[in-house]
Amino acid sequence: MTTTVPPRHDLAHEPLRDPGDTGGLHRVLSHRYLLRLMVRREIKARYVGSKFGLAWSYINPTVRFFTFYFVFGIILQRGNIPHFAIHLFAGMVIVHFFTESFNAGTRSIMANKAVVSKMPVPREMFPVASMLVSLYHTGPQLVVLVIACLATGSFAPDLVGLGAAVLAFVIVLLLGTAMGVMFSAINVLFRDLTRIVQTLTQMLPFSVPMMYPYTLVADRFREFPTLHHLYLFNPLTECVLLIQRAFWWTTIGPSEVADANRDGPVFNPDVAANFPDHLWQRSFAMLGFALLFLLFAQWVFRRLDDRIPERL
Amino acid sequence: MVTSIEVDNVSKTFSRHYTRTLQQIMVAKAKRKKTRDTFDALKDVSFTVEQGEAIGLMGLNGSGKSTLLKCIMGVMRPDEGTVRVRGRASGLIATGAGFHPQMTGTENIYMNAAILGMTAAETEAKFDDIAAFADVGEFLDTPVGNYSSGMFSRLGFAVAVNVDCDIFIADEVLAVGDQPFKKKCMKKMEEVRDSGVTLFYVSHSAGSVRKMCERVIVLEKGEVGFDGKAGAGIRYLKYDEDEDNDSANANDI
Ligand SMILES: Nc1ncnc2c1ncn2[C@@H]1O[C@H](COP(=O)(O)OP(=O)(O)O)[C@@H](O)[C@H]1O
Ligand SMILES: [Mg+2]
Repeated sequence: MTTTVPPRHDLAHEPLRDPGDTGGLHRVLSHRYLLRLMVRREIKARYVGSKFGLAWSYINPTVRFFTFYFVFGIILQRGNIPHFAIHLFAGMVIVHFFTESFNAGTRSIMANKAVVSKMPVPREMFPVASMLVSLYHTGPQLVVLVIACLATGSFAPDLVGLGAAVLAFVIVLLLGTAMGVMFSAINVLFRDLTRIVQTLTQMLPFSVPMMYPYTLVADRFREFPTLHHLYLFNPLTECVLLIQRAFWWTTIGPSEVADANRDGPVFNPDVAANFPDHLWQRSFAMLGFALLFLLFAQWVFRRLDDRIPERL
Repeated sequence: MVTSIEVDNVSKTFSRHYTRTLQQIMVAKAKRKKTRDTFDALKDVSFTVEQGEAIGLMGLNGSGKSTLLKCIMGVMRPDEGTVRVRGRASGLIATGAGFHPQMTGTENIYMNAAILGMTAAETEAKFDDIAAFADVGEFLDTPVGNYSSGMFSRLGFAVAVNVDCDIFIADEVLAVGDQPFKKKCMKKMEEVRDSGVTLFYVSHSAGSVRKMCERVIVLEKGEVGFDGKAGAGIRYLKYDEDEDNDSANANDI
């Protein structure tokens, strides 16, 4: 045998340990190699056997973008808002990242039944891998988004916008991981709960300012400040606004401002009208909330984890 | 000698879910029927295993053998008592776990080996052994979905038996595969045993247990019914009466 690995059978110096003590998000980090293989397998498996392969991850978002452009920009004449397709698509990218992490994460433990019921790996690994796969598929969507921005001819990206985009992604990454981790376990033990929450997430795209502008929200809720507050309590609202600050707001040049239909109900070329007050403070608060929520999700997972293998 | 496994007063209870839907639970509650029913798969099991021992785990179906091994592997946790192990446990328990039908044999070897706890370097070092043992030829570079079921399970076995581990567990898995392959597996397991790895071997065949193990633990409805020398254990189970039958299939596992 040509083994270059030293034999492992000198155990006198190894302590006795609890074999079942394997879980925890921190342990996922020590299984980076397995995590990497799992993520790579998922990415490859999605397009295996198709002629276009990875090109599909560009084709799908491109088609989606043109659909938006056509429906909202041309048919519905949301012309009041310049580059409405970008306004919508930018939000879609981030909302998609969240729902994909959540949905794929929820299914992840059931989908890996064969491994989960036989090998002692940290089971948080599966939802984390799903989140990373979703993150990977966000790449091509961002490329399509940037190309669309460049195509406007007035795209002037700035550092503040870049920071906003990064912050939005970090918040969604934490929230998506948290929801994936929590519901991957809940999905094994209390399947109905998953259904209920997944039904609720179908409302998500409508609860954030992407199919309609934030100015409209501010306007309609002027008389109802509580509702306005509630609306902004949804962390995804902040994330969508941040991503719009990064990609949509930066495509609005002087000519768009000049063309803006000031009589129209919605577009006002003033920053303060398009974004809520204290967007940054709110966003950092959401970042803190997302971190706490991830800890909470880990706690819930730990409480359910031991029962998972026997209920698969 | 070093203790390899320490099982201390381990109990494991499963709940059997008679009632599934909310409606059924309500009906059962209304009729004051039990909505939960528990079942003790392991009752107060204790034993200690020294490093390098080869143990035959025997008992009727449903006596808790797989449950006990899952507790030792760390997949399940006992409700009461403790399990302590030294080193890495692996074996013929997750053969083919994580195999993806659309990935090639090579890719699946790396994946499965990683699931069994091997690093990239360890897998590389063992790769030729694994490929030789699986003996699937040039199919190694085709998706395992195209394999015959024999090739598929051979590949899974090949990875599992080549994992470098300290506790090797084989749970009734040799039921599949053809005769020559079974022989090869037995030979490999003997090699593993002789290299000083602790071996846990579940089988209903008295002949192969006698050949592989010096000690037998018999589980009866979740309790340790016998723990001692292999020969005595087999006599305890009265499997000896089938010995004629057994020697006819001496290679059977
Ligand atoms: N996940 C589970 N949920 C409920 N009951 C289970 C579960 N796993 C095993 N059992 C029950 O526990 C008993 C022991 O099972 P097992 O350990 O697989 O036995 P063996 O391997 O000795 O045949 C069986 O009666 C089985 O029905
Ligand atoms: Mg069994």
